[in-house]
Amino acid sequence: MTSTTAPALNRISRTGSLLRARELGIAIVIVIVFGLTTVHNHSFASEHSVQQLLAGAALVALLGVGETMVIVTRNVDLSVGSVLGLSAYLVGDLFVHNPHMPAILGFVVGTAIGAGIGAINGLITTVTRVPSLVVTLAALYIVRGVDAIIVNGKQTDPASIPRSFQAVGYETILGIPWLAIVVAVVIGIAGYAMRSFRSSRDLYAIGSNPDAAALAGLPVGRRVFTAFVVSGALAGLGGALFLAQFATINATGGTGYELLVISAVVVGGVAIFGGSGTVLGAALGALLLNTINQALVASRISSFWNQAIAGALLLGAIAFDRWLGLRVSRRLQSAKGERHVV
Amino acid sequence: MTANDAATASPGPISDAPLLELVHATKSFGAVKALEDGSVRLHAGEAHALVGENGAGKSTLVKILAGVHHPDSGELLIGGVRTTLNGPAASRAAGVSIIYQEPTLFPDLSIAENIFVGRQILGRGRQIDRAAMRRRADAAFARLGVALDPNRLARGLSVADQQIVEIAKAISFNARVIVMDEPTAALSSVEVDRLFAVVRALRADNTAVLFISHRLEEVFAICQRVTIMRDGRFVRTAPIEDLTIDGIIRSMVGRDLDTLFPKTETAPGAEVLDVSRLTREGVFTDVSFKVRRGEIVGLSGLVGAGRSEVARAIFGIDRYDAGTVTMGGKVLPNGSPLAAMGAGVAFVPEDRRLQGLVMEMAIDHNIALASLGRLERHGLISRKRERDLAADWAVKLRLKFGRLKNPVSTLSGGNQQKVVLSKWLARNPTLLIVDEPTRGIDVGTKAEVHRLLDQLVSQGVAVLMISSELPEILGMADRILVLREGRLVAEMPREAATEASIMRAATGQSVGSAA
Repeated sequence: MTSTTAPALNRISRTGSLLRARELGIAIVIVIVFGLTTVHNHSFASEHSVQQLLAGAALVALLGVGETMVIVTRNVDLSVGSVLGLSAYLVGDLFVHNPHMPAILGFVVGTAIGAGIGAINGLITTVTRVPSLVVTLAALYIVRGVDAIIVNGKQTDPASIPRSFQAVGYETILGIPWLAIVVAVVIGIAGYAMRSFRSSRDLYAIGSNPDAAALAGLPVGRRVFTAFVVSGALAGLGGALFLAQFATINATGGTGYELLVISAVVVGGVAIFGGSGTVLGAALGALLLNTINQALVASRISSFWNQAIAGALLLGAIAFDRWLGLRVSRRLQSAKGERHVV
Repeated sequence: MTANDAATASPGPISDAPLLELVHATKSFGAVKALEDGSVRLHAGEAHALVGENGAGKSTLVKILAGVHHPDSGELLIGGVRTTLNGPAASRAAGVSIIYQEPTLFPDLSIAENIFVGRQILGRGRQIDRAAMRRRADAAFARLGVALDPNRLARGLSVADQQIVEIAKAISFNARVIVMDEPTAALSSVEVDRLFAVVRALRADNTAVLFISHRLEEVFAICQRVTIMRDGRFVRTAPIEDLTIDGIIRSMVGRDLDTLFPKTETAPGAEVLDVSRLTREGVFTDVSFKVRRGEIVGLSGLVGAGRSEVARAIFGIDRYDAGTVTMGGKVLPNGSPLAAMGAGVAFVPEDRRLQGLVMEMAIDHNIALASLGRLERHGLISRKRERDLAADWAVKLRLKFGRLKNPVSTLSGGNQQKVVLSKWLARNPTLLIVDEPTRGIDVGTKAEVHRLLDQLVSQGVAVLMISSELPEILGMADRILVLREGRLVAEMPREAATEASIMRAATGQSVGSAA
């Protein structure tokens, strides 16, 4: 028996590592898109252009980290765009009224606002067991509505946002945007935690088989709640960064971000029905979508194509996952067949 | 203990003090007494069989040991200490692990992570120590004498391998008692042999294994002692040497038929259904039988013998690979429920909640669902006709309901079943297939369903009835067909059938071997 199963198992684990190497695949596609565009338009490889690529993807990647944690548990957070918008305006407003507030406090407050909304989302989802799709869709509208009431047609005045705060939004260190550095640090921490701690492995178990997770005694409710809090907190931090980047904030900041974020996460190899995927993959997904976006601009292709290509990429990513899954199960079945013959 | 020790040591003698003792446990669900006297004693180093018919209370007993159900009375002693199990975690902590027929793993996690889910081995700084987990998993598999790669994802593992992963998990919990609930039902013979090797390795480690199986030859192959249950009661425990297969079967079934079964003698008429050499690869093979007007044909066999699958193939829900189904002289196309319905077949499926009803839809809509064609006027459904039809059948079947507009989910199980029956009877079928028609419904309604079936037959309807309840089969069927592992192994007329003869056929003991 062992003599026939061993090679089959080897093949399977190689397919498995291929699955895990999804990040590598996306990175290669990014390089290809980047290379091809540079051939067309040499300025695409300029320092400024690369900085724009990174800074442009940073916020979506940051929100993608939290979204990954939520989607891995077989839930979804649709409220991140609204949370980003509300946080951005409230932090800006805070600076308007307290011009001497330390810049760092702006980020702390933004994160706290997001965490609060995330906690409400998580609480409603886990206690009432209303599907998170509905809960966070409602939150999307409610938070945006509250935002509109507070903003009341005004916008933040860039002059009252401290220089040191705004610097994080557009300045670079050693040629790398601050924005990208902050987001990279978050991805690094989250990526490491998602691999190495019990609580985060529980997230994967919950999304992979919710019933079995409950039977195994995992604290399902607490874990899902935490995922929503983190997602909200990162969206809130994203709001502060958004303010630092653009300084002028009205009631529409971050509109439609949730779909960008979910697209990036799915393109990045996070299974939409939970159980698998990494935050690094999600971040690379965000970078890929932004690279394609900018490449179209640089190649002078109408930006109308942008969304169509993003959509096609999304479909392609999901079809690729299905295809891989089918291949793996077919392999396994033939491996099982071999064993029965022996 | 190292893997080498386990491999070389021979199973030790059965010790005197029991590891686990369940004494006079009872458990009721509402009015239904699932367990009236659940008793079992497990000793270290033994494989102990628990046998009984479907519904004898084995599953309830297992769920008590699993901590899922709390017994109403009786006591549980583990290592001689009175123990109360509050939930699955408590059961595991007490050293009891359950291996279900179809384990539930996490498909996206590796085998090692599945074994250690929720209690991963931690290293420096409370980080998960993957290498240690892999080593421990490897060690467990070595002890069991099986080759599985702990790094592999659980997705796509065969049922047999999933069970092995669960057993490795049990070992990692230092389980002293491992309960296997019909583990061999979905296994090939090679896989069964491997499982038995694993059971022997567990015994060598002084683990007690409670082995539940319908296949008595397996019980004789692997177990040292047998506990027999009947109707929720403990019958006896005996060493395997003192038992014969026939003796076990007699202890399992010995009871009187009750008066639940009104049966009018009818003379069967013309042939309605002719199933010829029906085969679906790996599910059922070469099944041939006929059903005539005015008779009830009972389809018996153990759970998993392929009874429902044959019925589904006849009705066209599942496709078959070979053979023919003929209704009233016309061959039905393969895999077309619509054609089967057109030919006068009605099918009341096994699981009314999942397959028989739209639970959130109103009672009248559910009743009319299979007859919408007749209710149409100018391409639109006439609400009046729909209501009349539903009201008519509600009266005929003595349906107990609030309003016909209420969702079906508000009805009791027995009344839900009546709605399913109405739905199909409204089509005036010539052949009615019922799969477990009285499962989970109370005694009164049960008798009503039986009376209804009897009435239909006297009106000339042909009925094919699948049931796991032997008294129901014996009480209602004119002829009884027995399936075992997908093959039709016996056909007996009502007069010749007994619980023992059906059980013998269903478990593969030839009648000749009866003492």
